[in-house]
Amino acid sequence: MMKISVVRRRVARSGILALLLVAAAVFTLPFLWSLSVSLQPPGDVFRWPMKLVPDPFTLENYRRLWTEIPFARWLLTSAGVALAVTSANLFFDALAGYAFAHLRFPGRNVLFTLLLATLMVPAHVTLVPKFMLLNALGLVNTYTALVAPAMVQVVGIFLMKQFFESIPRQMEEAAFIDGCNRFQVFWRVVLPTSKPALAALGIYTFQGNWNEFLWPLVVATTSDRFTLPVGLAMFRYEFRVEWTLLMAGAVLIALPTLIIFLVFQRLFIQGIATSGLKE
Amino acid sequence: MLSKAISRNTGPGRPADMPERRREARAAYFFLLPALIVLSLFAFSPLVFIFVVAFFDWNLFRADLHWVEAANFVELAGDERFLTALRNTTVYVLGVVPAQTLLALLLALAVSWNIPARGFFRAAFYIPAITSSVVTSIIFLWIYSKPGLLNYVLFRFGIEGPDWIGSPKYALGAIMAVNVWSTSGYFMVAFLAGLRNIPASLYEAARIDGAGPWARFQYVTVPGLKPTLFFVVTLGIIGTFQVFDQIYMMSAGGPVNATTTLSYFVYNSAFRYFRFGYAAAAVVLFAIILFVTRVQRRIIRPEAP
Repeated sequence: MMKISVVRRRVARSGILALLLVAAAVFTLPFLWSLSVSLQPPGDVFRWPMKLVPDPFTLENYRRLWTEIPFARWLLTSAGVALAVTSANLFFDALAGYAFAHLRFPGRNVLFTLLLATLMVPAHVTLVPKFMLLNALGLVNTYTALVAPAMVQVVGIFLMKQFFESIPRQMEEAAFIDGCNRFQVFWRVVLPTSKPALAALGIYTFQGNWNEFLWPLVVATTSDRFTLPVGLAMFRYEFRVEWTLLMAGAVLIALPTLIIFLVFQRLFIQGIATSGLKE
Repeated sequence: MLSKAISRNTGPGRPADMPERRREARAAYFFLLPALIVLSLFAFSPLVFIFVVAFFDWNLFRADLHWVEAANFVELAGDERFLTALRNTTVYVLGVVPAQTLLALLLALAVSWNIPARGFFRAAFYIPAITSSVVTSIIFLWIYSKPGLLNYVLFRFGIEGPDWIGSPKYALGAIMAVNVWSTSGYFMVAFLAGLRNIPASLYEAARIDGAGPWARFQYVTVPGLKPTLFFVVTLGIIGTFQVFDQIYMMSAGGPVNATTTLSYFVYNSAFRYFRFGYAAAAVVLFAIILFVTRVQRRIIRPEAP
């Protein structure tokens, strides 16, 4: 009796393992293949039979990215914008999240419901009026336009609020008695204990902003303000499709988020777990 | 409460005459100020302003601006491309959301089994979710082209595949498949968190009561995952409603509008034809249609949520 169930479980386990291997191939092979294309010499990338290992092998496409298109410029813009947006979110989202978690004030519930309601609004709904506002302010095609609308995000406020609610208040009480004001308590006592939540929010924000496409596509109108995804998209449309060069660009855009993910896997998963599921 | 207020009022820099309540509220508004400024400018007022823009013939690049009453809406109702966009968006949401939810659940269940290299599998499924949509679009554009990887694999099985993105018949489905591929890893992680929140004692109790694996799944796992399911479906619907990047990168709405979704229609009207009023009207009309269908469903089947 015992033996049969053990055998059955083993069979089920290897069946699931086989299916998982197939699924993992479907999820990762497109990336490996694009890496392979990026290492091929420019020319026919559709030669059948297709081979995963590039032969002949070359780094020429990566060299051309830096010399023939303003890839370095786009990279700098992307990195600068993502870092600015991330630091703004870490500070402002934490401030607002703290107010919602630990302070009582009139209109608290109404305001919080309003914030949550904005999560239900798809991006293209506010796209047109947002652009018109920035145009009226004369800010189209500036770094301000790329950064300002993303400086605060409701998901971030929500994530920080959830975290702050789990912090015991005794520590704050002690700091109050020592004569700190509320901002000092927040800055010196609450924030230092919130490093895991801040790290999760920072990674989430950086990655989201690094990949952002629609907004920079709309407000960046000349090549010197493009972020990486917009630059690559424009490159695809304005030149004839050069697959090997395009793939090299794609690989370099994907690389930072991939590395951040592999290093901080835990925090990614923690971020999702706390932002959506515990309420 | 009173004693607390007194003890706090003795600290330096605190006006003793201001009641604790009001001081707390003032601090709260101060803490909220930056967030409220940014959100008012870029989230709340656009939501109001769009209803104004919808009634104008508004072109930013010609300094003319006319109040056109409902002309934008009348034109939309007869615009074949708008109606196609509505249909495509509906197909997109109704196709992608169930598929990605089911796939995410299956992946989560499989990964939560006691198997070797779980961490590897989890990471492999999650990587598309953290990768730029421009990148995944370029990769799949290559995979889907006539002599591309997909057709090569099909050829090995003796099937001759079409030019996936170039054919009005397959283009939308092909892009939907990319969407399922790229987002189910994210929702898998949500399901994994949900699975972890189900107390092990419930499974133990069910086992003692003689429930088999299937019964345990049906009566413990499924009810336990309900909040996660709600989260996943809600986020899935919002995410698929606003699909833009893949459409822009892979098909530009074509061939013959086969992949024009609402967000792409809005983008095109505003940023290609510079008809901002018309684009705003499309958003407003769509919101009205959504609202009416919901109300209608309430009237026809009052018990439905």
